[in-house]
Amino acid sequence: MNATERRAPHPIQLPRPRDIIHTEGEARRAVEVGRTRLLIAAAVLAVAFLVVAYRLVNVGLWQQDGKVNVAAIEATPAAAERGDIVDRNGIVLATNLVTASLFAIPEQIIDAGDAADRLAPFLTDMTRGEIEAKLRSDKAFVWLKRNLTPRQHSQILRLGVPGLDFKTDSRRVYPQGGLGAHVVGFTDIDNNGLAGIEQSFDDVLRTGYEPVRLSIDLRIQHILREELARAMAAFNGIGATGLTLDTQTGEVLALVSLPDFDPNLAGMAPEIARFNRATLGVYEMGSTFKVFNTAMALDRGAVELADRYDARTPIKINGFTITDFKPKNRWLSVPEIFVYSSNIGSAKMAQDVGTAAQQDFFRRLGMFQRSSIELPETGTPTLPSPWRPINTMTIAYGHGIAVTPVHLAVGVAAVVNGGIMRPATLIKRQPGQIPDGERIISTETSAAMRELLRLVVRAGTGRPADAPGYLVGGKTGTADKQAGRGYSENSVLASFVGTFPMSAPRYVILAMIDEPKPNAASHGYATGGWVAAPVIRNVVERMAPLLGIEPIEDTLVPDAASALLIAASTAE
Amino acid sequence: MTAYARDDTSAMSRWWWTVDRWSLAAVGGLVFIGAILILAASPAVSTRLGLDGFALARRHFFLLPVAALLIFGLSFLGPRGVRRMATIGFLLSLALTAWTLVAGAEINGARRWIGLAGFSLQPSEFLKPTFAVATAWLLAARPDGRRLAGGVMAAGLLALILFVLLRQPDLGMSLLVAATWSAQVFLAGLPWFWVIVLAAMGAASLVGAYVAFPHVALRIDGFIDPSGTDTYQIDRSLEAFANGGLFGRGPGEGDVKLHLPDAHSDFIFAVAGEEFGIVACLIIVTLFAFLLLRGFGRLFGETSPFVRIAAAGLLIDLGLQALINMSSALHLVPTKGMTLPFISYGGSSLLATSITVGMLLALSRRRAGMGMP
Repeated sequence: MNATERRAPHPIQLPRPRDIIHTEGEARRAVEVGRTRLLIAAAVLAVAFLVVAYRLVNVGLWQQDGKVNVAAIEATPAAAERGDIVDRNGIVLATNLVTASLFAIPEQIIDAGDAADRLAPFLTDMTRGEIEAKLRSDKAFVWLKRNLTPRQHSQILRLGVPGLDFKTDSRRVYPQGGLGAHVVGFTDIDNNGLAGIEQSFDDVLRTGYEPVRLSIDLRIQHILREELARAMAAFNGIGATGLTLDTQTGEVLALVSLPDFDPNLAGMAPEIARFNRATLGVYEMGSTFKVFNTAMALDRGAVELADRYDARTPIKINGFTITDFKPKNRWLSVPEIFVYSSNIGSAKMAQDVGTAAQQDFFRRLGMFQRSSIELPETGTPTLPSPWRPINTMTIAYGHGIAVTPVHLAVGVAAVVNGGIMRPATLIKRQPGQIPDGERIISTETSAAMRELLRLVVRAGTGRPADAPGYLVGGKTGTADKQAGRGYSENSVLASFVGTFPMSAPRYVILAMIDEPKPNAASHGYATGGWVAAPVIRNVVERMAPLLGIEPIEDTLVPDAASALLIAASTAE
Repeated sequence: MTAYARDDTSAMSRWWWTVDRWSLAAVGGLVFIGAILILAASPAVSTRLGLDGFALARRHFFLLPVAALLIFGLSFLGPRGVRRMATIGFLLSLALTAWTLVAGAEINGARRWIGLAGFSLQPSEFLKPTFAVATAWLLAARPDGRRLAGGVMAAGLLALILFVLLRQPDLGMSLLVAATWSAQVFLAGLPWFWVIVLAAMGAASLVGAYVAFPHVALRIDGFIDPSGTDTYQIDRSLEAFANGGLFGRGPGEGDVKLHLPDAHSDFIFAVAGEEFGIVACLIIVTLFAFLLLRGFGRLFGETSPFVRIAAAGLLIDLGLQALINMSSALHLVPTKGMTLPFISYGGSSLLATSITVGMLLALSRRRAGMGMP
């Protein structure tokens, strides 16, 4: 090798003599063995990597039964601080409190007996024996007490027992207590939603980025709850429920079910208190259903306002008798049937409409399925099966079909708001998010219904609901509750569904008292008019000023409906 | 790519045209992913250790240029240079590893670490790659056909190393060194009869470890029958993969790192799964598989037994470590403290891995005489 060769442009290193194998045959054999062995090693490694890759996909995306877990493809959101729940004005209904939780590493406890002695005075909900048993457990980790109070925390910290430690925890708190409890719901100790919005919006709340803003107005919620509780106490009822609905948007401003409970102590609440009557309970609503029957009959053209029906004799059908509560024993016009709440007249109107049309109408009113309100606790309506002519007649006055109070309020809102059905929601709707809804009756029928509803309060069974100046309209209902196979006369569901202001109804308010007992002030009556209608009056008078609705002089409003009734009566 | 003309004969140019650039790219990818994952996983661990949040991440980032320099510098060597470097390194790290038994700091019941100029060092990490090269030398060196002598010497060295490592005790490292050594002997052409004898011995020593070390028995029992044992770590790890889904919760959004003490090292793969998803994990698996299989592929045309056995040993050392780490996070094998090369936090591990890859790149560079049987 000379100098020129050394600088030759060959970017390679020459093999060194010691690496060159001496004999041709041995070399060839050695290289071949080497290649085979390399191939084996490479194959083993490749298989190992494939196993890892397969396992990765398996663990991440497949469930144990071997199906693709579609939910797993999306990442599970990280456990952030659970989001708040606030009312439409931003008032907090559910939030978190940072607390300390006490746990023990039993292995590190030096003297379990002594530690239990020292802890017992501060952990008052456990006996000394229970504490010691936990400290002696053979687990690596035991909870002693979740969510200590700051006082307990500092006291136990000062004990200085080795093997005890605290974990920062988060406790769900409901500053409004029982107010809105059935809407908000509650969580378990690990903050998993178990009921109400806490459950139905669990996924959203877990991400914790934004509070869930409800349609509830806490002020209205408070008013409705207070008035319902007052009526329930006055008439010694076993329960009460009600809601306030915005007829233009479907937003629920208040939703009450009594008795209620404190979600901060949900575990201690009896089942009856946790039961949401407004959305889960299904009831035969009684005469409030005449709102739907009359609207249906008018809208189908089956009857006109001036038509009259013979209400002199009870209807006997299939061994069942349909009577009126306060019989007028004469022919009644359609407005009279509605205002005096005649079962006989209503049943005959339904007959004229027919079963198929009635089914269609109630289906479009959403009465055939569970309400779309955003709670896990929603009841399925009970419908007649088969749907015979007698059912058509009883449904006319609200028997033989059972729906939730939400179904009733949503239906009434559609009847009075110009005929547009919008599903109820518990989530605040921004102006652009209001659904178009579905037309169920004409604007003319809706206008006629508004007049008839106003008439009930001005001159019919609903007079106690009249809040002067706010043009309240509505319909009473007094449904006999089923007792065994028949109906009980003594246990009723007294209700009133009101709406105001009647000139352009903005709100529907429903109040129902379960099993009210007559009292002296009601002259022995426990009907919707005596029990539930005053609730509506009080609620309207208290909520209208808050919502900026000004009272007007009733006399200044042309009252076509009264004229209608007078005309109908005098025409007799 | 063509920063250097083919007729440029400077050292850099020669390196550029002979080094395996694809493997280099794969290593770069792994280092990059590792840096991101350290940022994600280590703050939780730092905080737990009472350090400033980014203390561990800073240490890792401080070592990254050193690692790059090691890879780059070593890859300039020729086979003979690698052999020399590795032999010196092997003797040095063997001595230091033995020294841990005398002066090592005891951490978690084992003495694996020694203090060195303000840093703590795990010398056994450096033993792995240098021993692989030394073994290759012994197995390939056979002037005058004295083949057996090299093999016997290699076996003797292995026994010595295992003796030291088991005294620390460091069973994982022992297993890795023994497995790599066995694979190298196999690749060197050990007759099948002896392969079987060796495998039987390996199985016997695993049973021996099960009997001799109660904590090993506990782990293996727990793997075979999870009921009744504390499966907290592995449950959290598997949960992390399930939580991450395909694309993960996003950087920093995971919480497995808050629950696992070794989230930044032994369980970093779970952090990757939770925050970056299955797809990112598959990319990591693919990068390792690519590095390994490409390395093996290049050895098929290799005529020098030393280069073949040494490079294969380094590859297997790297690959086994990655496989064991990922498999234990996925509950395919019992949990065994082992870092994921380039990705886990750990200074000694990072530097040792860099030495491994540096020597590997040096050995896999194109030389004359390749491709001819």
